[in-house]
Amino acid sequence: MASNEEILAGLAEIVNEETGLAPESVEMDKSFTDDLDIDSISMMTIVVNAEEKFGVRIPDEEVKNLKTVGDAVNFISGAQA
Amino acid sequence: MSISAIKQSPLREHTRILGVGAYRPEIVVTNEDVCQWIDSSDEWIRQRTGIVTRHRAPRDISVIDMAEAAAREALVAAGIEASQLGAVLVSTVTHPHATPSAAAQLTDRLGATPAPAFDISAACAGYCYGIAQADALVHAGTAEYVLVVGVEKLSDFIDNSDRTISFLLGDGAGAVVVGPGDSAGIGPSVWGSDGSKHGAIRMTRSLLDTRDFSLGTVSTEGEAEQDADAARESLWPTMRQDGPTVFRWAVWEMAKVAQRALDAAGVTADDLAVFLPHQANIRIIDEMVKQLKLPDHVYVARDIVDAGNTSAASIPLAMHRTLKEQPELSGTLALQIGFGAGLVFGAQVVVLP
Repeated sequence: MASNEEILAGLAEIVNEETGLAPESVEMDKSFTDDLDIDSISMMTIVVNAEEKFGVRIPDEEVKNLKTVGDAVNFISGAQA
Repeated sequence: MSISAIKQSPLREHTRILGVGAYRPEIVVTNEDVCQWIDSSDEWIRQRTGIVTRHRAPRDISVIDMAEAAAREALVAAGIEASQLGAVLVSTVTHPHATPSAAAQLTDRLGATPAPAFDISAACAGYCYGIAQADALVHAGTAEYVLVVGVEKLSDFIDNSDRTISFLLGDGAGAVVVGPGDSAGIGPSVWGSDGSKHGAIRMTRSLLDTRDFSLGTVSTEGEAEQDADAARESLWPTMRQDGPTVFRWAVWEMAKVAQRALDAAGVTADDLAVFLPHQANIRIIDEMVKQLKLPDHVYVARDIVDAGNTSAASIPLAMHRTLKEQPELSGTLALQIGFGAGLVFGAQVVVLP
């Protein structure tokens, strides 16, 4: 079971790999679309990689609720519990 | 009473693709053209889809016209007369008649009458569905030579103001002839469907809606205001998709299907010379290449850049172009995979004609 800090770090790595954004720019309150400029297709790539990394399932319907990095960290943390 | 034994068709051991043909309509629609209809930019469209141009057919060119042009070239390439065809299969979702089929008229035009002829409705998997059936027909001895055409005139079923799929779509036709071979030329088909996701790629209306609204026999009262407006403005059914859902399914589920097709054929990615994925979106193609860990020596068809997404036509069009530009790839192994509205999918490893 990963802590929220570990999930954030792992997510930042995935975002970095997909978009080239510096991992430290991936912060809890950042919006994927507005702040990080991540489009819907990149978001799906990030979601699938996060599923694999954290061993959770993130359904399509849930993806649109993940507006901020914090939303994703909390969802993954909840799904792991 | 004794039961008489009946004869069955003699089985054939090997099948292969004997020749390929293509038709690309002459009207070229650029991203600048698209940006007159939707608020976008050339850069945005290229980055999100890889598409620079798509071809569209003029009003007076039909699905059957396009199919005929591609089929004639495929017959010549295969060295087969139309009269030798034992079946004609046309994969399309844009022939504007539920019946009679495009295939029967195409067969007549080619001079292949009375070959059995029927259309296949499997959208972007239509060509691979056609190969699955042609392979089985030739294997089973039901037909010796089978024409498989993938043809679409998607421009008749788009809404230029739609941002989900219309700007991706193009028109075109590709055709192959399948027949007996001296050695294995078509690997086992891995194909299937998932109708629970029928809404992921869809038409806005059924033809019955179009009829009822145009006759004024259906009131739009009770419908959400915007739906009622849309209904009045656009009686004609057009394509829509849930892009991110389709992207996810296409990449991660279809990579597994592609791998199963390799396994079924008894080869690995290293044995391939060419990858011919359905030309849906360059990011789907690139991500599939990653998922399948295709080695650098595998040539990946990216016809989508110029042709857009032509649904059932995209794989034979990509095959045709690959062989035209790199004729030395004739006789090498290609992995082809189609996937789309249904949802449906199909994949095979084939020896290129």
